Amino acid sequence: MFGRRKKLNRAKIKLSNKYLFGILALICIVSLFVGMNFNINGGPLSDLADYCFVPMQKGLNSIGLFASNRMDELKNIRQLMIENAELQSKVDELTTENSTLKLEQYELESLRELYDLDKKYPSYKKTAARVIAKDAGNWFDTFIINKGSADGIKVNMNVIAGSGLVGIVTDVRKHSATVTTIINDLSNVSGMMISTSDYCIVRGSIKSMNEKQGILFDTLNDLNDMITEGEQVVTSNISDKYLEGILIGYVTEIKIDSNNLTKSGIITPVVDFAHLEEVLVILQTKDYD
Amino acid sequence: MIRVILRRTIEIVTAIFLFLLQITWFKGLEIASVAPNLLIIFVSAIGVLRGSREGMLIGFISGLFVDIYFAGILGFYALMYMCIGYAIGYFKRVFFAEDIKLPLILVMLGDAIFNILVYGFKFMLRGDLSFPYYLMNLILPEVMYTFIVSLFILPVIIKVDRLLEEYEKKGASKFG
Repeated sequence: MFGRRKKLNRAKIKLSNKYLFGILALICIVSLFVGMNFNINGGPLSDLADYCFVPMQKGLNSIGLFASNRMDELKNIRQLMIENAELQSKVDELTTENSTLKLEQYELESLRELYDLDKKYPSYKKTAARVIAKDAGNWFDTFIINKGSADGIKVNMNVIAGSGLVGIVTDVRKHSATVTTIINDLSNVSGMMISTSDYCIVRGSIKSMNEKQGILFDTLNDLNDMITEGEQVVTSNISDKYLEGILIGYVTEIKIDSNNLTKSGIITPVVDFAHLEEVLVILQTKDYD
Repeated sequence: MIRVILRRTIEIVTAIFLFLLQITWFKGLEIASVAPNLLIIFVSAIGVLRGSREGMLIGFISGLFVDIYFAGILGFYALMYMCIGYAIGYFKRVFFAEDIKLPLILVMLGDAIFNILVYGFKFMLRGDLSFPYYLMNLILPEVMYTFIVSLFILPVIIKVDRLLEEYEKKGASKFG
């Protein structure tokens, strides 16, 4: 009697186990299709997660930074003392040099005004944000910043660090946002060679990033062989998401494709993606109206 | 009932904690741009210690965290982690207490299968066929790194699970 009852119980649990698996799998698949076709994601669920995760992330990060900073300090003290003496002598040398450079700077500024370069690369309104977490896997290069819709961040805003393009905001929650970098394997950016204004497509790739510290570009029309290594590549005016004239990187390898018409190669980005701590989000999306 | 809720709460809080560690501290400990996968350790451990049902549920929840923050579309990672948890749950019947070898092997297996699935769905279907490259430079290093980290994490998870089980048994005998 008892044995039979136990057996029945076990059979019941096993059955519901399989059903549960089926139901959960169905939920996942339906959510995948709904998300892909109607561009819906998370919604209230992601905001809820934000309230729970972001404060904890900030705490963990500050502890981690504190620890690594103390370690670095201890390591560096002796080295710093030697360096300090060297640098002091250099300071004197540089102060004299600086004054002459300042004169040249004034000259440059007035010349720039003359050329009206400001108009070509308008200074966009930006906000600084901190990188608080990076992608959970090793396949993709995305990260999370500590500002979200409450700070005016929207999807498709461009993200830069220093003077170079980092990526684009792909997902926004209330107090955090996900940024997809240009070196991410799924990223494509419409680029432009600065000297000839020829267009090319810049594609992120983990493989070339690991092997050659660069990202790929292709479909470049360069019939007169004007482009050489060291050429600056900026975002193009025909891109529908990236603002015009943000520096992507420098051409480090270029070769003619097998079709003999276009060229492709490798661009070394100006941003150091391995050590991103603070980024700037441009508070403006590219609109046509 | 209260004891089951306690166990579930501990499991979910641990999943949240490991997820946060994975995307913050362990990203700072990257070796050759590869970081360990703590969530797969936890999902595999729960699977082998507690069986398919809990492995699947914890996998679903852990995957959901990754989806919310990194995937853009909900469902993909939830499904991946859930399948791994469910499949590893079948090894519960051959698992004996104090034996850490089986969970370790299963963690490595789970991590390898997880990464191969991610490659299959997100890279191969786009026409990127350089699997040998990804295997040598991404999947195997991650499996090794995850294995080393799990040497430290798994004993703790097993210990806590045993303590909770004892506590539950005590409660059961008290009520008759």
